[in-house]
Amino acid sequence: MSVRTLTINGQPVSATEEQTILDVAREHGIDIPTLCHFDGLSEHAGCRLCLVEIAGSPKLHAACVTPAAEGIEVTTHSDRVTAYRRQIVELLLAERNHVCSVCVANRNCELQDLAVAMNLHHVRYEPQDPQLALDASHPRFIMDPNRCVLCTRCVRVCDEIEGAHTWDVMARGRRAMIVSDLNQPWGESPSCTGCGKCVRVCPTGALFEKGATTTVRDPDFLTYLKTAREQKLWIR
Amino acid sequence: MTSDDLDTVRARERAAFAAAPCRLAVCTAAGCLSSGAGAVRDALERTAADGADSPGLRIIGTGCLGLCHAGPLLRVFRAGAPDVTYAHATPDLAAAVVRQLPDGRLPDERQLPAMHPFFAHQHPVVLENAGRIDCERIEDYVAAGGYAALQQAMTEMKPDDVIREVVASGLRGRGGAGYPTGLKWSTVAKARGAGKFVVCNADEGDPGAFMDRSVLEGDPHRVIEGMAIAGFAVGAEQGYIYVRGEYPLAVSRLRVAIRQAERMDLLGQRILDTPFSFRIDVRIGAGAFVCGEETALIASIEGKRGAPRPRPPYPASFGLWGRPTLINNVETYANIPPIIRSGGAAYARLGTERSKGTKVFALAGAIVNTGLIEVPMGTSLRQIIFDIGGGIPDGRSFKAAQTGGPSGGCIPASHLDLPVDYEALAGIGSIMGSGGLIVMDDRSCMVDVARFFMEFCRDESCGKCIPCRAGTVQMHTLLMRMTTGVAAERDLTLLEQLADMVTRTSLCGLGQTAANPVVSTLRHFRDEYMAHILEHRCPAGVCRMPRAPERAS
Amino acid sequence: MSFLDMDDRLLDLAARMDLVYSPLMDVKTFPEHVDITLVEGAVANQDHLRQIATIRERTDILVAFGDCAVTGNVTALRNPLNTAGVVLRRAYGDDEAGSPGRPPRPGGTADVPALLDKVRTIRSCVRVDVYLPGCPPPADVIVDVLSDLIAGKVDGLHNRSRLG
Repeated sequence: MSVRTLTINGQPVSATEEQTILDVAREHGIDIPTLCHFDGLSEHAGCRLCLVEIAGSPKLHAACVTPAAEGIEVTTHSDRVTAYRRQIVELLLAERNHVCSVCVANRNCELQDLAVAMNLHHVRYEPQDPQLALDASHPRFIMDPNRCVLCTRCVRVCDEIEGAHTWDVMARGRRAMIVSDLNQPWGESPSCTGCGKCVRVCPTGALFEKGATTTVRDPDFLTYLKTAREQKLWIR
Repeated sequence: MTSDDLDTVRARERAAFAAAPCRLAVCTAAGCLSSGAGAVRDALERTAADGADSPGLRIIGTGCLGLCHAGPLLRVFRAGAPDVTYAHATPDLAAAVVRQLPDGRLPDERQLPAMHPFFAHQHPVVLENAGRIDCERIEDYVAAGGYAALQQAMTEMKPDDVIREVVASGLRGRGGAGYPTGLKWSTVAKARGAGKFVVCNADEGDPGAFMDRSVLEGDPHRVIEGMAIAGFAVGAEQGYIYVRGEYPLAVSRLRVAIRQAERMDLLGQRILDTPFSFRIDVRIGAGAFVCGEETALIASIEGKRGAPRPRPPYPASFGLWGRPTLINNVETYANIPPIIRSGGAAYARLGTERSKGTKVFALAGAIVNTGLIEVPMGTSLRQIIFDIGGGIPDGRSFKAAQTGGPSGGCIPASHLDLPVDYEALAGIGSIMGSGGLIVMDDRSCMVDVARFFMEFCRDESCGKCIPCRAGTVQMHTLLMRMTTGVAAERDLTLLEQLADMVTRTSLCGLGQTAANPVVSTLRHFRDEYMAHILEHRCPAGVCRMPRAPERAS
Repeated sequence: MSFLDMDDRLLDLAARMDLVYSPLMDVKTFPEHVDITLVEGAVANQDHLRQIATIRERTDILVAFGDCAVTGNVTALRNPLNTAGVVLRRAYGDDEAGSPGRPPRPGGTADVPALLDKVRTIRSCVRVDVYLPGCPPPADVIVDVLSDLIAGKVDGLHNRSRLG
């Protein structure tokens, strides 16, 4: 295995061949914001929050899918990308009905945390106010598309880890929705095993347990699960 | 069938062609068919069969003749006489033509002038067979020199030689981005791994564009030949043509053409009795604009949701089913046979320094001659719009030309003398794009035009990345505020910031270019935006403004 | 309530300012030349719309106070219904058990102002100088922000509290 050296925000760091810029940055305590990334899942590269600058390249690069290549100079928090990230979070807040004060994930929500970390105190874009019905047909869980940011963590965890592929995305653009099976009520889904992994990885309050007054955040649980499965090591 | 057998067929067909002193070609592209070309063709055949037949008469359905607004078009070829073209042909006229042919005195009505400027200023390469061949007969294509390039590649050249000619031709991708075709081919050829693929992108989706449709409908073998040569050059044995679902005629003609080519050993196992095998399958899109983006197209062929993925890895190394894949657009492949036949250097003599060859454009909008044209790169917009296109109808004045569809930009009158090539168009904030060219007169409101294209992008965004999915929604909302007279100056600031952000941060080309219509109209027509915002007035009189605007401070 | 949570600090503040208008006071018209106004809640009806215009006109520093003023929050939950008529039918129309309701007319009456089709944020109606999000904004933050404003400091005040 060959080892690379590069700099992130001027700090020299080393990386293995498989590591992305995001991996290396996190290893060194540099916080690049993300929303669709989740340790243990394939990368979606859709939220665009982890975009970083690489010296000499006019384009921005998604840290989650860009290899930590030899000799590159990465800047993670330039004024430009910071402003873009802020706009992205604002766009999300205006897109659906994110009303923190009546959300089960209030104070436990990655979208809200992003807004707070960015000092986002108001949204400049017009709220789109879509009419979206929530699906409470499942005996244990609820899906509220009003809180959904379409990160597809649920789709990926169901497909890649649970192997059920109950969730997928229907329609496109602003009409895109997470649906179970062929857009059937979740409670009638023949493929859903009821494992609840999708609920555990949801960054917002879109998927939650019935009767719950808060959501659980457990960013390491898939890594734990995979290590247990693949190496028979039950370690946290 | 061997290469020699094919030569025999070509010689036989050419002899038969020479023996038929008279051909009647009806344009059977989708445009003319929808204005009644089918009835014209029936009338020709019926009258000919009724005994008014003149010896050696052939009636053919041919590819797009270009002057679409004057369809159905009927062209008469006679040995020793200039061609005659009829506009708005009717079954009665068709019958009269057949009856009067033996006397040599054709009806005068509806004849286009002998040197109609629409045709006189063009330089057909990709469209060279339009009018000359029957688009459903492979023998016609062969007689016109078709598949000679494939023969030549198979029998006289090595894959490297083919790539060298393509590089020498200076051909660049005709799908829009203008990536050097030769470079792409050599990258795929060098990529390691068996089971490479050649893909033809025929998911033409820009509003007002129909170049690729016309090529597929009128000369499908040209695309097949180009793809087979590409397969030979890069080492692929399987090709896919991804056609948008809205082009049923193109699909059916392609399928006919593929069957014909297979029967003559021009596709399939051991082409022309050489060790090279190449199959082509047709895949049909389901109406998503984003599937014209190469990684989304690949996902769609694989049977997945048509959504793009980040590049790199590029399809050249990791494409269809993870294999090295060459993706080019229809018109790019259609340029390959002439490049191989006459050599890359000869092709490179056409065009400008960095944009070689010709470009097919679809003229639409406020222009007299709506239709399909082909001109050398470097032709000025003024020549295209005024000499070939016949200018602006109804005595109106030219305001802007929009190139490149929803990813493109608007070009104002001050740039009419600009030579059309990749760099020149990019230099003024537009793009070559795939060849859609929409002309607008003084009755078009540029803010409304930007709103129209933004609505298109909003509806066609796949939704995978946030900037494109939600950014197009907000840009559209802001443009709506402007066109309905409720916008304030801060809305313009928001719009400009969003345009920049969506361009820089979107995942794929759709989002990265979605703001181009806004940016280019702001660049050239900022005063119109200001009139909407500050005075609540639409200078072109398109947008309906409320009397007492409900202002948002 | 969060305002009252400032407890004894309210008395310190009171010493440094005059409270000239509040829903708790008997003053019926919004006074002229106000230095600082804290606006709670969103703009939901025609009367609010008139009020906010008056407030803006007569105020130096306008603070959008709390999530409802900043984003619409709970009051804007009705916005997906799109029109005032639908909202009123939903609230006052026939109930699920089938007993008949009498939804008022969306245009309002002499006593009840007309409902807007959508609840609007303060920012969408008038210029806002300071945003103080939170549901509710914590008492400590209110003290800080008010103290700074009274001391003449306006910049950099947005970031003291969070949405939700």
